[in-house]
Amino acid sequence: MIRFLHVTKEYARTGAALKDATFRIGKGEFAFLTGPSGSGKSTLLKLSYADERPSSGEVRVAGMNVSTLKRGEVPLLRRKLGIIFQDFRLLDDRTAEENIAFALEVTGASSSVIPGKVARLLQQVGLGSKAASYPNQLSGGEQQRVAIARALANDPFVVIADEPTGNLDDRATRGIFQLLQDINMAGTAVLMATHDLELVRRHDYRVLELNRGQLVFDSAETGAPATTER
Amino acid sequence: MRLTIREALLSFRRAPLLSALSIMMVAFSLFSFGLFALVAINFEEEFSRVEERVEIQAFVDDTTSVTTLTDGVALVAKYAEVQRAAPITRDEALSRARESMGEFRDVFDAEFLPASIEVQLKEGFRDAVSVRRVADSLEAIPYVNDVRYGEEFVQQLDAIRTVATGTGVALGTAFALVAIIIIAATIRIAVLARAREISIMRLVGATNGFIRRPFLLEGLLTGVAGGLLALLLLRGAFALVTRLDFVNALFLDRSMAMTGIAAGGLLGFMGSAFAVRRHLKHV
Repeated sequence: MIRFLHVTKEYARTGAALKDATFRIGKGEFAFLTGPSGSGKSTLLKLSYADERPSSGEVRVAGMNVSTLKRGEVPLLRRKLGIIFQDFRLLDDRTAEENIAFALEVTGASSSVIPGKVARLLQQVGLGSKAASYPNQLSGGEQQRVAIARALANDPFVVIADEPTGNLDDRATRGIFQLLQDINMAGTAVLMATHDLELVRRHDYRVLELNRGQLVFDSAETGAPATTER
Repeated sequence: MRLTIREALLSFRRAPLLSALSIMMVAFSLFSFGLFALVAINFEEEFSRVEERVEIQAFVDDTTSVTTLTDGVALVAKYAEVQRAAPITRDEALSRARESMGEFRDVFDAEFLPASIEVQLKEGFRDAVSVRRVADSLEAIPYVNDVRYGEEFVQQLDAIRTVATGTGVALGTAFALVAIIIIAATIRIAVLARAREISIMRLVGATNGFIRRPFLLEGLLTGVAGGLLALLLLRGAFALVTRLDFVNALFLDRSMAMTGIAAGGLLGFMGSAFAVRRHLKHV
Protein backbone atom coordinates (compact mmCIF):
# COMPACT_ATOMS: atom_id res chain seq x y z
CA MET A 1 0.00 0.00 0.00
CA ILE A 2 2.68 2.46 1.15
CA ARG A 3 6.28 1.40 0.98
CA PHE A 4 9.33 3.52 1.73
CA LEU A 5 12.71 2.03 0.90
CA HIS A 6 15.78 3.95 2.17
CA VAL A 7 14.05 7.21 1.43
CA THR A 8 15.93 10.45 1.97
CA LYS A 9 14.52 13.89 1.27
CA GLU A 10 16.85 16.86 1.23
CA TYR A 11 15.93 20.48 0.73
CA ALA A 12 18.41 22.88 -0.75
CA ARG A 13 18.03 25.35 2.11
CA THR A 14 17.24 23.34 5.19
CA GLY A 15 19.06 20.10 4.51
CA ALA A 16 17.71 16.61 5.09
CA ALA A 17 14.11 16.46 6.32
CA LEU A 18 13.93 12.70 6.10
CA LYS A 19 16.88 10.31 6.32
CA ASP A 20 16.97 6.76 5.08
CA ALA A 21 13.42 5.88 6.06
CA THR A 22 12.24 2.35 5.40
CA PHE A 23 8.83 1.00 6.34
CA ARG A 24 5.74 -0.55 4.86
CA ILE A 25 2.11 -0.02 5.64
CA GLY A 26 -0.09 -2.86 4.53
CA LYS A 27 -3.61 -3.07 3.25
CA GLY A 28 -6.22 -2.08 5.81
CA GLU A 29 -3.63 -1.16 8.43
CA PHE A 30 -3.90 1.77 10.87
CA ALA A 31 -0.69 3.54 11.80
CA PHE A 32 0.16 6.63 13.82
CA LEU A 33 3.04 8.81 12.77
CA THR A 34 4.43 10.75 15.71
CA GLY A 35 7.36 12.96 16.51
CA PRO A 36 8.09 16.55 17.50
CA SER A 37 7.48 19.49 15.20
CA GLY A 38 9.98 19.57 12.37
CA SER A 39 10.81 15.90 12.76
CA GLY A 40 9.77 15.17 9.18
CA LYS A 41 6.18 13.95 9.58
CA SER A 42 4.75 16.28 6.99
CA THR A 43 7.62 15.58 4.59
CA LEU A 44 6.96 11.86 4.89
CA LEU A 45 3.28 12.39 4.19
CA LYS A 46 3.99 14.73 1.27
CA LEU A 47 6.21 12.07 -0.24
CA SER A 48 3.33 9.62 0.09
CA TYR A 49 0.97 11.78 -1.93
CA ALA A 50 3.62 12.96 -4.39
CA ASP A 51 3.65 16.56 -3.30
CA GLU A 52 7.38 16.00 -2.94
CA ARG A 53 9.76 13.60 -4.63
CA PRO A 54 12.41 11.68 -2.73
CA SER A 55 16.02 12.80 -3.16
CA SER A 56 17.00 9.14 -3.00
CA GLY A 57 15.34 5.84 -2.24
CA GLU A 58 12.03 4.59 -3.45
CA VAL A 59 8.48 5.50 -2.49
CA ARG A 60 5.69 3.23 -3.71
CA VAL A 61 2.08 4.06 -3.02
CA ALA A 62 -0.94 2.14 -4.24
CA GLY A 63 1.24 0.37 -6.77
CA MET A 64 2.74 3.56 -8.20
CA ASN A 65 6.35 4.62 -7.92
CA VAL A 66 6.39 8.21 -6.66
CA SER A 67 10.08 8.61 -7.54
CA THR A 68 9.46 8.10 -11.24
CA LEU A 69 5.88 9.31 -11.49
CA LYS A 70 5.28 11.62 -14.44
CA ARG A 71 3.69 14.94 -13.64
CA GLY A 72 0.55 13.97 -15.49
CA GLU A 73 0.21 10.81 -13.39
CA VAL A 74 0.20 12.60 -10.04
CA PRO A 75 -3.57 13.27 -10.19
CA LEU A 76 -4.15 9.56 -10.83
CA LEU A 77 -2.25 8.71 -7.66
CA ARG A 78 -4.13 11.34 -5.65
CA ARG A 79 -7.44 9.84 -6.70
CA LYS A 80 -6.44 6.59 -5.03
CA LEU A 81 -5.72 8.44 -1.79
CA GLY A 82 -7.81 10.41 0.64
CA ILE A 83 -5.86 13.28 2.16
CA ILE A 84 -6.94 15.34 5.15
CA PHE A 85 -5.26 18.17 6.99
CA GLN A 86 -5.30 20.06 10.23
CA ASP A 87 -6.68 23.13 8.43
CA PHE A 88 -9.37 21.15 6.54
CA ARG A 89 -8.60 22.80 3.17
CA LEU A 90 -12.18 23.20 2.04
CA LEU A 91 -13.19 25.61 -0.68
CA ASP A 92 -14.78 28.40 1.36
CA ASP A 93 -17.18 29.54 -1.30
CA ARG A 94 -18.77 26.15 -1.85
CA THR A 95 -21.20 24.31 0.34
CA ALA A 96 -20.38 21.05 2.08
CA GLU A 97 -21.94 19.03 -0.71
CA GLU A 98 -20.29 21.09 -3.42
CA ASN A 99 -16.92 20.53 -1.78
CA ILE A 100 -17.46 16.80 -1.85
CA ALA A 101 -18.97 16.79 -5.33
CA PHE A 102 -15.94 18.67 -6.59
CA ALA A 103 -13.64 15.75 -5.75
CA LEU A 104 -15.88 13.55 -7.87
CA GLU A 105 -16.18 16.02 -10.71
CA VAL A 106 -12.44 16.28 -11.16
CA THR A 107 -12.27 12.58 -11.85
CA GLY A 108 -14.88 12.90 -14.55
CA ALA A 109 -17.56 11.04 -12.60
CA SER A 110 -20.93 11.05 -14.30
CA SER A 111 -23.15 13.87 -13.09
CA SER A 112 -26.00 11.41 -12.58
CA VAL A 113 -24.18 9.49 -9.85
CA ILE A 114 -22.63 12.44 -8.03
CA PRO A 115 -25.63 13.70 -5.98
CA GLY A 116 -26.45 10.24 -4.60
CA LYS A 117 -22.88 9.52 -3.70
CA VAL A 118 -22.43 12.91 -2.03
CA ALA A 119 -25.55 12.36 0.06
CA ARG A 120 -24.29 8.95 1.16
CA LEU A 121 -20.89 10.36 2.11
CA LEU A 122 -22.50 13.15 4.12
CA GLN A 123 -24.62 10.55 5.94
CA GLN A 124 -21.53 8.48 6.60
CA VAL A 125 -19.74 11.37 8.33
CA GLY A 126 -22.87 12.38 10.21
CA LEU A 127 -23.60 15.61 8.35
CA GLY A 128 -26.69 14.64 6.41
CA SER A 129 -28.47 17.80 7.50
CA LYS A 130 -25.64 20.19 6.72
CA ALA A 131 -25.30 19.57 3.00
CA ALA A 132 -26.08 23.17 2.07
CA SER A 133 -23.90 24.79 4.75
CA TYR A 134 -20.79 26.72 3.84
CA PRO A 135 -17.56 25.93 5.72
CA ASN A 136 -17.80 29.11 7.79
CA GLN A 137 -21.22 27.99 9.01
CA LEU A 138 -19.77 24.74 10.34
CA SER A 139 -17.77 23.99 13.49
CA GLY A 140 -14.17 22.80 13.18
CA GLY A 141 -15.22 19.24 13.80
CA GLU A 142 -17.92 19.47 11.15
CA GLN A 143 -15.52 20.99 8.64
CA GLN A 144 -13.13 18.14 9.21
CA ARG A 145 -16.00 15.72 8.64
CA VAL A 146 -16.66 17.35 5.29
CA ALA A 147 -12.98 17.03 4.47
CA ILE A 148 -13.10 13.35 5.41
CA ALA A 149 -16.18 12.81 3.27
CA ARG A 150 -14.33 14.47 0.40
CA ALA A 151 -11.29 12.25 1.05
CA LEU A 152 -13.53 9.18 0.83
CA ALA A 153 -15.28 10.32 -2.34
CA ASN A 154 -13.09 8.30 -4.66
CA ASP A 155 -13.00 5.17 -2.49
CA PRO A 156 -9.34 5.49 -1.55
CA PHE A 157 -7.04 2.61 -0.64
CA VAL A 158 -5.51 4.70 2.09
CA VAL A 159 -6.39 7.84 4.02
CA ILE A 160 -3.42 10.07 4.77
CA ALA A 161 -4.17 12.41 7.65
CA ASP A 162 -1.82 15.21 8.66
CA GLU A 163 -2.71 16.21 12.24
CA PRO A 164 -6.44 15.91 11.51
CA THR A 165 -7.38 16.70 15.10
CA GLY A 166 -4.77 19.41 15.69
CA ASN A 167 -7.31 22.22 15.55
CA LEU A 168 -10.12 20.47 17.40
CA ASP A 169 -11.32 20.30 20.98
CA ASP A 170 -11.50 17.00 22.83
CA ARG A 171 -15.02 16.15 21.90
CA ALA A 172 -14.52 16.88 18.22
CA THR A 173 -11.23 15.00 18.33
CA ARG A 174 -12.95 11.91 19.67
CA GLY A 175 -15.61 12.15 16.99
CA ILE A 176 -13.12 12.52 14.16
CA PHE A 177 -10.94 9.75 15.45
CA GLN A 178 -13.91 7.46 15.76
CA LEU A 179 -14.75 8.25 12.16
CA LEU A 180 -11.22 7.37 11.06
CA GLN A 181 -11.47 4.11 13.01
CA ASP A 182 -14.76 3.31 11.29
CA ILE A 183 -13.19 3.98 7.92
CA ASN A 184 -10.34 1.69 8.83
CA MET A 185 -12.76 -1.02 9.99
CA ALA A 186 -14.33 -0.86 6.57
CA GLY A 187 -10.98 -1.83 5.07
CA THR A 188 -9.23 1.42 4.22
CA ALA A 189 -5.69 1.86 5.50
CA VAL A 190 -5.07 5.00 7.57
CA LEU A 191 -1.79 6.78 8.14
CA MET A 192 -2.28 9.53 10.67
CA ALA A 193 0.32 12.02 11.80
CA THR A 194 -0.38 13.40 15.25
CA HIS A 195 1.06 15.26 18.20
CA ASP A 196 -1.58 13.87 20.50
CA LEU A 197 0.33 11.26 22.48
CA GLU A 198 -2.64 10.67 24.72
CA LEU A 199 -4.62 9.55 21.70
CA VAL A 200 -1.74 7.31 20.58
CA ARG A 201 -1.43 5.72 24.00
CA ARG A 202 -5.10 4.99 24.30
CA HIS A 203 -5.21 2.90 21.14
CA ASP A 204 -3.35 -0.18 20.27
CA TYR A 205 -2.33 0.77 16.77
CA ARG A 206 1.02 0.67 15.12
CA VAL A 207 3.24 3.68 15.84
CA LEU A 208 5.99 5.10 13.66
CA GLU A 209 8.06 7.76 15.35
CA LEU A 210 10.28 10.28 13.65
CA ASN A 211 12.97 12.40 15.21
CA ARG A 212 15.07 14.84 13.24
CA GLY A 213 14.17 13.12 10.04
CA GLN A 214 15.01 9.66 11.26
CA LEU A 215 12.57 6.86 11.81
CA VAL A 216 13.58 6.08 15.39
CA PHE A 217 10.78 3.74 16.33
CA ASP A 218 8.39 1.37 14.62
CA SER A 219 6.19 -0.66 16.93
CA ALA A 220 5.65 -3.24 14.21
CA GLU A 221 9.36 -4.05 14.22
CA THR A 222 10.05 -4.09 17.93
CA GLY A 223 6.74 -5.55 18.84
CA ALA A 224 6.71 -3.13 21.73
CA PRO A 225 3.54 -1.31 22.67
CA ALA A 226 3.12 2.34 21.85
CA THR A 227 5.66 4.32 23.81
CA THR A 228 4.86 6.38 26.84
CA GLU A 229 8.08 8.36 27.01
CA ARG A 230 8.12 9.84 23.56
CA MET B 1 -16.95 21.66 -21.11
CA ARG B 2 -20.12 22.38 -19.16
CA LEU B 3 -18.08 22.15 -15.97
CA THR B 4 -15.45 24.50 -17.38
CA ILE B 5 -18.06 27.11 -18.25
CA ARG B 6 -19.71 26.75 -14.86
CA GLU B 7 -16.40 27.16 -13.02
CA ALA B 8 -15.37 30.15 -15.12
CA LEU B 9 -18.67 31.93 -14.60
CA LEU B 10 -18.64 31.01 -10.93
CA SER B 11 -15.35 32.81 -10.47
CA PHE B 12 -16.85 36.01 -11.87
CA ARG B 13 -19.68 35.71 -9.40
CA ARG B 14 -17.48 34.85 -6.47
CA ALA B 15 -14.98 37.65 -6.93
CA PRO B 16 -16.95 40.34 -8.74
CA LEU B 17 -14.69 43.14 -7.58
CA LEU B 18 -11.51 41.47 -8.74
CA SER B 19 -13.12 40.48 -12.04
CA ALA B 20 -14.37 44.02 -12.58
CA LEU B 21 -10.92 45.34 -11.77
CA SER B 22 -9.30 42.97 -14.25
CA ILE B 23 -11.75 43.97 -16.96
CA MET B 24 -11.15 47.64 -16.25
CA MET B 25 -7.38 47.24 -16.32
CA VAL B 26 -7.62 45.49 -19.68
CA ALA B 27 -10.02 48.16 -20.89
CA PHE B 28 -7.85 51.10 -19.86
CA SER B 29 -4.72 49.53 -21.28
CA LEU B 30 -6.42 48.88 -24.60
CA PHE B 31 -8.09 52.28 -24.45
CA SER B 32 -4.79 54.14 -24.19
CA PHE B 33 -3.40 52.01 -26.99
CA GLY B 34 -6.55 52.71 -28.99
CA LEU B 35 -6.21 56.46 -28.45
CA PHE B 36 -2.72 56.27 -29.78
CA ALA B 37 -3.90 54.21 -32.74
CA LEU B 38 -6.59 56.81 -33.50
CA VAL B 39 -4.07 59.63 -33.48
CA ALA B 40 -1.76 57.60 -35.71
CA ILE B 41 -4.54 56.75 -38.18
CA ASN B 42 -5.66 60.34 -38.46
CA PHE B 43 -2.13 61.62 -38.80
CA GLU B 44 -1.52 59.09 -41.54
CA GLU B 45 -4.67 60.22 -43.31
CA GLU B 46 -3.71 63.90 -43.15
CA PHE B 47 -0.22 63.12 -44.22
CA SER B 48 -1.26 61.23 -47.31
CA ARG B 49 -3.50 64.16 -48.26
CA VAL B 50 -0.50 66.48 -48.10
CA GLU B 51 1.54 63.97 -50.04
CA GLU B 52 -0.95 64.01 -52.87
CA ARG B 53 0.28 67.48 -53.61
CA VAL B 54 3.65 66.13 -54.69
CA GLU B 55 3.78 66.85 -58.42
CA ILE B 56 6.38 66.94 -61.13
CA GLN B 57 6.24 69.38 -64.00
CA ALA B 58 8.27 68.64 -67.11
CA PHE B 59 8.46 71.75 -69.31
CA VAL B 60 8.90 71.09 -73.02
CA ASP B 61 10.54 73.08 -75.85
CA ASP B 62 8.42 75.75 -77.46
CA THR B 63 8.72 73.91 -80.73
CA THR B 64 7.11 70.73 -79.43
CA SER B 65 3.93 69.91 -81.29
CA VAL B 66 0.70 68.98 -79.53
CA THR B 67 0.96 65.45 -80.98
CA THR B 68 4.45 65.01 -79.58
CA LEU B 69 3.26 66.29 -76.23
CA THR B 70 0.34 63.84 -76.21
CA ASP B 71 2.67 60.93 -77.16
CA GLY B 72 5.00 62.01 -74.35
CA VAL B 73 2.17 62.00 -71.88
CA ALA B 74 1.16 58.50 -72.95
CA LEU B 75 4.74 57.32 -72.50
CA VAL B 76 5.12 58.88 -69.08
CA ALA B 77 1.78 57.50 -67.91
CA LYS B 78 3.26 54.01 -68.32
CA TYR B 79 5.99 54.58 -65.74
CA ALA B 80 5.50 52.30 -62.76
CA GLU B 81 5.58 55.19 -60.32
CA VAL B 82 3.12 57.37 -62.16
CA GLN B 83 -0.49 57.64 -61.15
CA ARG B 84 -1.53 60.27 -63.66
CA ALA B 85 0.19 62.23 -66.42
CA ALA B 86 -1.54 65.13 -68.16
CA PRO B 87 -0.55 67.51 -70.93
CA ILE B 88 -0.68 71.20 -70.06
CA THR B 89 -0.75 73.27 -73.25
CA ARG B 90 0.51 76.84 -73.31
CA ASP B 91 -3.06 78.14 -73.23
CA GLU B 92 -3.92 76.09 -70.19
CA ALA B 93 -0.74 77.20 -68.50
CA LEU B 94 -1.68 80.78 -69.18
CA SER B 95 -5.19 80.49 -67.84
CA ARG B 96 -3.91 78.75 -64.70
CA ALA B 97 -1.34 81.43 -64.16
CA ARG B 98 -3.94 84.10 -64.58
CA GLU B 99 -6.19 82.38 -62.13
CA SER B 100 -3.58 82.12 -59.45
CA MET B 101 -2.00 85.51 -59.98
CA GLY B 102 -5.18 87.54 -59.72
CA GLU B 103 -4.41 91.18 -60.21
CA PHE B 104 -1.26 90.50 -62.22
CA ARG B 105 -3.20 88.54 -64.80
CA ASP B 106 -2.45 91.01 -67.57
CA VAL B 107 1.30 90.61 -67.21
CA PHE B 108 1.15 87.22 -68.84
CA ASP B 109 0.57 86.21 -72.38
CA ALA B 110 0.65 82.84 -74.05
CA GLU B 111 4.13 83.32 -75.51
CA PHE B 112 5.56 83.67 -72.10
CA LEU B 113 4.67 80.26 -70.64
CA PRO B 114 5.86 76.89 -71.94
CA ALA B 115 3.69 73.80 -72.31
CA SER B 116 4.40 70.95 -69.91
CA ILE B 117 3.61 67.44 -68.78
CA GLU B 118 2.11 67.36 -65.33
CA VAL B 119 2.86 64.16 -63.41
CA GLN B 120 1.30 62.83 -60.21
CA LEU B 121 2.87 59.86 -58.48
CA LYS B 122 1.29 56.81 -57.02
CA GLU B 123 1.08 56.44 -53.26
CA GLY B 124 4.29 55.00 -51.95
CA PHE B 125 6.37 56.78 -54.62
CA ARG B 126 6.01 60.24 -53.20
CA ASP B 127 9.33 60.18 -51.38
CA ALA B 128 12.39 62.15 -52.40
CA VAL B 129 14.24 59.23 -54.02
CA SER B 130 11.33 58.13 -56.23
CA VAL B 131 10.49 61.70 -57.18
CA ARG B 132 14.09 62.29 -58.15
CA ARG B 133 14.17 59.08 -60.21
CA VAL B 134 11.04 60.02 -62.16
CA ALA B 135 12.34 63.55 -62.65
CA ASP B 136 15.56 62.15 -64.10
CA SER B 137 13.66 59.95 -66.57
CA LEU B 138 11.59 62.96 -67.63
CA GLU B 139 14.70 65.02 -68.10
CA ALA B 140 16.07 62.36 -70.45
CA ILE B 141 13.20 62.96 -72.89
CA PRO B 142 14.79 64.99 -75.76
CA TYR B 143 12.20 67.76 -75.97
CA VAL B 144 11.95 68.28 -72.23
CA ASN B 145 14.16 71.16 -71.24
CA ASP B 146 13.35 71.65 -67.60
CA VAL B 147 11.89 69.54 -64.81
CA ARG B 148 10.52 71.13 -61.66
CA TYR B 149 9.24 69.66 -58.45
CA GLY B 150 9.19 71.11 -54.99
CA GLU B 151 12.44 69.48 -54.05
CA GLU B 152 12.53 71.08 -50.62
CA PHE B 153 8.87 70.25 -50.00
CA VAL B 154 9.46 66.63 -50.87
CA GLN B 155 12.52 66.43 -48.68
CA GLN B 156 10.68 67.95 -45.75
CA LEU B 157 7.83 65.51 -46.22
CA ASP B 158 10.43 62.75 -46.17
CA ALA B 159 11.88 64.00 -42.92
CA ILE B 160 8.46 64.29 -41.30
CA ARG B 161 7.54 60.83 -42.48
CA THR B 162 10.71 59.32 -41.03
CA VAL B 163 10.22 61.01 -37.67
CA ALA B 164 6.51 60.21 -37.56
CA THR B 165 7.00 56.54 -38.45
CA GLY B 166 9.82 56.16 -35.93
CA THR B 167 7.87 57.86 -33.17
CA GLY B 168 4.75 55.90 -34.06
CA VAL B 169 6.50 52.55 -33.93
CA ALA B 170 8.29 53.39 -30.68
CA LEU B 171 5.21 54.80 -28.96
CA GLY B 172 2.98 52.04 -30.27
CA THR B 173 5.38 49.36 -29.05
CA ALA B 174 5.67 51.07 -25.67
CA PHE B 175 1.89 51.37 -25.30
CA ALA B 176 1.39 47.76 -26.32
CA LEU B 177 4.10 46.55 -23.94
CA VAL B 178 2.68 48.52 -21.02
CA ALA B 179 -0.78 47.17 -21.81
CA ILE B 180 0.53 43.60 -21.89
CA ILE B 181 2.46 44.01 -18.64
CA ILE B 182 -0.49 45.56 -16.79
CA ILE B 183 -2.88 42.92 -18.06
CA ALA B 184 -0.52 40.07 -17.21
CA ALA B 185 0.05 41.50 -13.72
CA THR B 186 -3.67 41.95 -13.11
CA ILE B 187 -4.46 38.42 -14.16
CA ARG B 188 -1.63 37.10 -12.04
CA ILE B 189 -3.14 38.79 -9.01
CA ALA B 190 -6.49 37.22 -9.86
CA VAL B 191 -4.89 33.80 -10.12
CA LEU B 192 -2.82 34.37 -6.99
CA ALA B 193 -6.01 35.10 -5.10
CA ARG B 194 -7.05 31.59 -6.00
CA ALA B 195 -3.76 29.83 -5.32
CA ARG B 196 -5.35 28.02 -2.35
CA GLU B 197 -8.17 26.85 -4.54
CA ILE B 198 -5.72 25.58 -7.12
CA SER B 199 -3.75 23.70 -4.48
CA ILE B 200 -6.93 22.07 -3.17
CA MET B 201 -7.93 21.08 -6.69
CA ARG B 202 -4.55 19.43 -7.15
CA LEU B 203 -4.96 17.66 -3.84
CA VAL B 204 -8.18 15.94 -4.78
CA GLY B 205 -6.65 14.73 -8.02
CA ALA B 206 -7.64 17.32 -10.60
CA THR B 207 -5.46 17.18 -13.69
CA ASN B 208 -3.62 20.33 -14.75
CA GLY B 209 -5.86 20.62 -17.77
CA PHE B 210 -8.97 20.45 -15.62
CA ILE B 211 -7.63 23.23 -13.38
CA ARG B 212 -6.38 25.33 -16.25
CA ARG B 213 -9.44 25.35 -18.50
CA PRO B 214 -11.76 27.54 -16.39
CA PHE B 215 -8.93 30.01 -15.84
CA LEU B 216 -8.24 30.23 -19.56
CA LEU B 217 -11.89 30.75 -20.35
CA GLU B 218 -12.11 33.35 -17.59
CA GLY B 219 -9.05 35.14 -18.98
CA LEU B 220 -10.51 35.07 -22.48
CA LEU B 221 -13.84 36.47 -21.30
CA THR B 222 -12.12 39.12 -19.18
CA GLY B 223 -10.04 40.16 -22.18
CA VAL B 224 -12.99 40.33 -24.56
CA ALA B 225 -15.07 42.29 -22.03
CA GLY B 226 -12.12 44.64 -21.52
CA GLY B 227 -11.78 45.03 -25.28
CA LEU B 228 -15.46 45.89 -25.67
CA LEU B 229 -15.30 48.38 -22.81
CA ALA B 230 -12.18 49.96 -24.33
CA LEU B 231 -13.96 50.33 -27.66
CA LEU B 232 -16.90 51.97 -25.93
CA LEU B 233 -14.64 54.39 -24.07
CA LEU B 234 -12.78 55.15 -27.27
CA ARG B 235 -16.02 55.83 -29.11
CA GLY B 236 -17.07 58.16 -26.30
CA ALA B 237 -13.78 60.02 -26.35
CA PHE B 238 -13.99 60.24 -30.13
CA ALA B 239 -17.51 61.66 -30.03
CA LEU B 240 -16.38 64.23 -27.48
CA VAL B 241 -13.45 65.39 -29.60
CA THR B 242 -15.30 65.47 -32.92
CA ARG B 243 -17.97 67.71 -31.43
CA LEU B 244 -15.48 70.52 -31.96
CA ASP B 245 -16.25 71.71 -35.50
CA PHE B 246 -12.70 72.07 -36.66
CA VAL B 247 -11.92 68.43 -36.02
CA ASN B 248 -12.81 66.07 -38.79
CA ALA B 249 -11.36 62.77 -37.76
CA LEU B 250 -11.62 59.11 -38.69
CA PHE B 251 -12.61 56.37 -36.25
CA LEU B 252 -11.35 52.80 -36.26
CA ASP B 253 -12.99 50.80 -39.00
CA ARG B 254 -14.84 47.59 -38.26
CA SER B 255 -11.92 45.25 -38.82
CA MET B 256 -9.65 47.32 -36.59
CA ALA B 257 -12.27 47.35 -33.82
CA MET B 258 -12.66 43.57 -34.14
CA THR B 259 -8.90 43.14 -34.06
CA GLY B 260 -8.79 45.23 -30.88
CA ILE B 261 -11.38 43.08 -29.15
CA ALA B 262 -9.68 39.92 -30.33
CA ALA B 263 -6.38 41.29 -29.03
CA GLY B 264 -8.05 41.83 -25.65
CA GLY B 265 -9.25 38.25 -25.65
CA LEU B 266 -5.87 36.93 -26.67
CA LEU B 267 -4.11 38.99 -23.99
CA GLY B 268 -6.50 37.71 -21.34
CA PHE B 269 -6.05 34.14 -22.51
CA MET B 270 -2.25 34.33 -22.67
CA GLY B 271 -2.03 36.17 -19.36
CA SER B 272 -4.09 33.47 -17.67
CA ALA B 273 -2.16 30.67 -19.31
CA PHE B 274 1.09 32.19 -18.12
CA ALA B 275 -0.12 32.91 -14.60
CA VAL B 276 -1.69 29.49 -14.05
CA ARG B 277 1.34 27.72 -15.45
CA ARG B 278 3.45 29.05 -12.61
CA HIS B 279 1.09 27.47 -10.11
CA LEU B 280 0.95 24.15 -11.87
CA LYS B 281 4.68 23.74 -12.35
CA HIS B 282 5.27 22.52 -8.84
CA VAL B 283 6.28 18.80 -8.72
